Amino acid sequence: MNRLNANKLRERLMGAVFFISALVSILAVGLICLFLFANGLPAMGKIGVFSFLLGREWSPTDTPARFGILPMIVGSLYVTAGAILIGVPIGVLTAVFLARVCPRRLYKLLKPGVDLLAGIPSVVYGFFGIAVIVPLSGSSILSACILLGIMILPTVIGLAESALRAVPEQYYEGALALGAGHYRSVFTVVLPAAKSGILAAVVLGIGRAIGETMAVVMVAGNQARMPVSLLKGVRTMTANIVIEMGYAGDLHREALIATGVVLLMFILIINLSLSALNRRGK
Amino acid sequence: MNCFEIKGLNLYYDKFHALKNIDLELESGKITAFIGPSGCGKSTLLKTLNRMNDLVEGCRITGDVRLFGEDIYDDTDVNLLRRRVGMVFQKPNPFPMSIFDNVAYGPRTHGIKSRFELGEIVESSLRAAAIWDEVKDRLKKPALSLSGGQQQRLCIARALAVSPEVLLMDEPTSALDPISTGKIEELLLTLREKYSIIIVTHNMQQATRISDSTAFFLLGEVIEYDSTETVFAMPRDQRTEDYITGRFG
Amino acid sequence: MMRRKRKTSEILLGAVTWFAAAVTIGLLLLLVGFILVRGVPHLKPSLFALHYNSDNVSLVPALISTIVIAIVSLVIAVPLGVFAAIYLAEYARRGNRAVAVIRMTTETLSGIPSIVYGLFGGLFFVVFLGWGYSVLAGAATLSIMILPLVMRSAEEALKSVPDTYREGSFGLGAGKLRTVLRIVLPSAVPGILAGVILAVGRIVGETAALIYTAGTVAQIPGSPMQSARTLSVHMYSLSSEGLHTDEGYATAVVLLVVVVLINALSARIAKRLGRRS
Repeated sequence: MNRLNANKLRERLMGAVFFISALVSILAVGLICLFLFANGLPAMGKIGVFSFLLGREWSPTDTPARFGILPMIVGSLYVTAGAILIGVPIGVLTAVFLARVCPRRLYKLLKPGVDLLAGIPSVVYGFFGIAVIVPLSGSSILSACILLGIMILPTVIGLAESALRAVPEQYYEGALALGAGHYRSVFTVVLPAAKSGILAAVVLGIGRAIGETMAVVMVAGNQARMPVSLLKGVRTMTANIVIEMGYAGDLHREALIATGVVLLMFILIINLSLSALNRRGK
Repeated sequence: MNCFEIKGLNLYYDKFHALKNIDLELESGKITAFIGPSGCGKSTLLKTLNRMNDLVEGCRITGDVRLFGEDIYDDTDVNLLRRRVGMVFQKPNPFPMSIFDNVAYGPRTHGIKSRFELGEIVESSLRAAAIWDEVKDRLKKPALSLSGGQQQRLCIARALAVSPEVLLMDEPTSALDPISTGKIEELLLTLREKYSIIIVTHNMQQATRISDSTAFFLLGEVIEYDSTETVFAMPRDQRTEDYITGRFG
Repeated sequence: MMRRKRKTSEILLGAVTWFAAAVTIGLLLLLVGFILVRGVPHLKPSLFALHYNSDNVSLVPALISTIVIAIVSLVIAVPLGVFAAIYLAEYARRGNRAVAVIRMTTETLSGIPSIVYGLFGGLFFVVFLGWGYSVLAGAATLSIMILPLVMRSAEEALKSVPDTYREGSFGLGAGKLRTVLRIVLPSAVPGILAGVILAVGRIVGETAALIYTAGTVAQIPGSPMQSARTLSVHMYSLSSEGLHTDEGYATAVVLLVVVVLINALSARIAKRLGRRS
């Protein structure tokens, strides 16, 4: 009888432990929001929401200091858009190649290669950018776009490939039976059928690109000014935080945390649209 | 004496009424067969006898089920109930561990730790399940390396190792070849002396070969319940006759 | 006429596909080749001295710190993630409200960029809890970052364990806890391991989340409360100082080797999993 009660107690106890562990992710998101908002929002209040978000000048060490992060917001958007423009076509087409064209023996080499691209640390990409891309196009928006375009390739390829593989084989065979060629069948029937999965891959790629920090810092030039040309430097929100956090104090520091809050907002919007996409996909 | 007494049992899966007003008294020390077409509720009833239906979400039960006079849906300890009422499943389901550990899993669950005692239980259970001679030299080998028929006899040994009073068998030979099926049927006849056995089967020859009494199920109801001889030789209900002569199902 | 047009489009589409694949392959070769060409010649013995100084720019302390930080992060995240997955896969009932919220927040966590983790870690672990720049603060930050990865792979692994195992165990009178810990969890170990290895890959590659949590001290940490830099952070420091770029490339070679090993290991486990099922 004693053993029975001890067993019941252990069941209850561990059930509670499992449940509490599952709550940790809620706790973590809560704490992240709490600490970022509590430390960042007051700065927005002091600076003024509009002059913070829409201010075109960032000069935290001048007197009077100016904390406008519009250049960084625009910079992040430019760089992300450029990365998508470069990475998505190559990525989706490579996914088509892997899922529908690639000979088996080549696939066995190529797939680990794509996985390797996914595993290479951002800093290593940064070194590559400094030595190979920057000599061609300078520390500039273009360089950042090219490097980020390469970095999002494995994300886009991986998700697009599994979306393509999930398309029922009958679609492809049906198109063949109507007399369409191999590539035509793939592009006019299989690819459109995988549309929502590919869109999800693109959205995830956007999230990757806008959140990337170290590689961008190493090739983008990081001038805190409104972007003027593709071949001139730019600073992203992520770069702003990582470059200045080391020495910032007081309001400056809070303004950097507020930059993080804005970045987090962008990510939350991207996540929401991603889960909306996934729901529609089902 | 009766091992199970079932009175006014109703069972629902969400809205679906799966068992309707079942009244049955199952004799102990005998083999009782549940027969009937698929979906007639015979496996469902079997699973209410050791409360495996508790695991199904949306399952609701009313009525009275007694094991040797005790209400098993009262506040009985479910784990203790399942120890007294063992179960062998349709497909052999040995755990992915060694033959020894498979048989010892039950006794260990119920608190037996001594290596010596476990060894004794494992040997006697494997002997009772008529598989000892085939596996005695490879008790440390993974259970999944055995053939299908051996796996099922191992699962019977595993069920015997917790010394149950009743054994529930859910179509235990439907996944096996005729030779393995024969071995298991022989085994059941020897086990009858010590255990009450309730077996669900699709195979009517099997029911006539091994069972003492037979219950015929249709659409969640017990149509006929009598000695196996009577049910198969002089069924009272037209539907029973139709079924055993192969006119439907 | 029709026929020729169709043939042209077929050739064109084929060419575009092969071209894109060639670009991907070319980039991969360029990237790896470049790192090897620039890095391998600088893999000198002095780079592997036990202690770092500004002459030898040794990467050994960073390598050791990487291992230490990875272990501490895993010690925190793996039990939490596996327990959470057990709750989601084995205990939670259909239509449970908490589950919907847990899934949503886990998805959110997996989308948060590492610099935001770095900011949070800096505010919470370093300042609020007063841990300072330390191995512990860095590892705690990373453990939140890899939590969704561990949770997801563990949940999938648990769900792929056949129900017949659970039934068999319950049928013998084992309780829920014993069934989960003795039967289900051991069968799910390979899947969980594959997730853990992916997590190690993320830890090894991480920089932005560590600079303002674990700091950038280049020595072997004497205690969990001391600052330390991982290989990735080490590389970044070398590049931003601009004095030891060659050693940076050599470090990149070591990192690349680590990544290749991690990928090979996870591929091997995945293959064994595939064969079993």
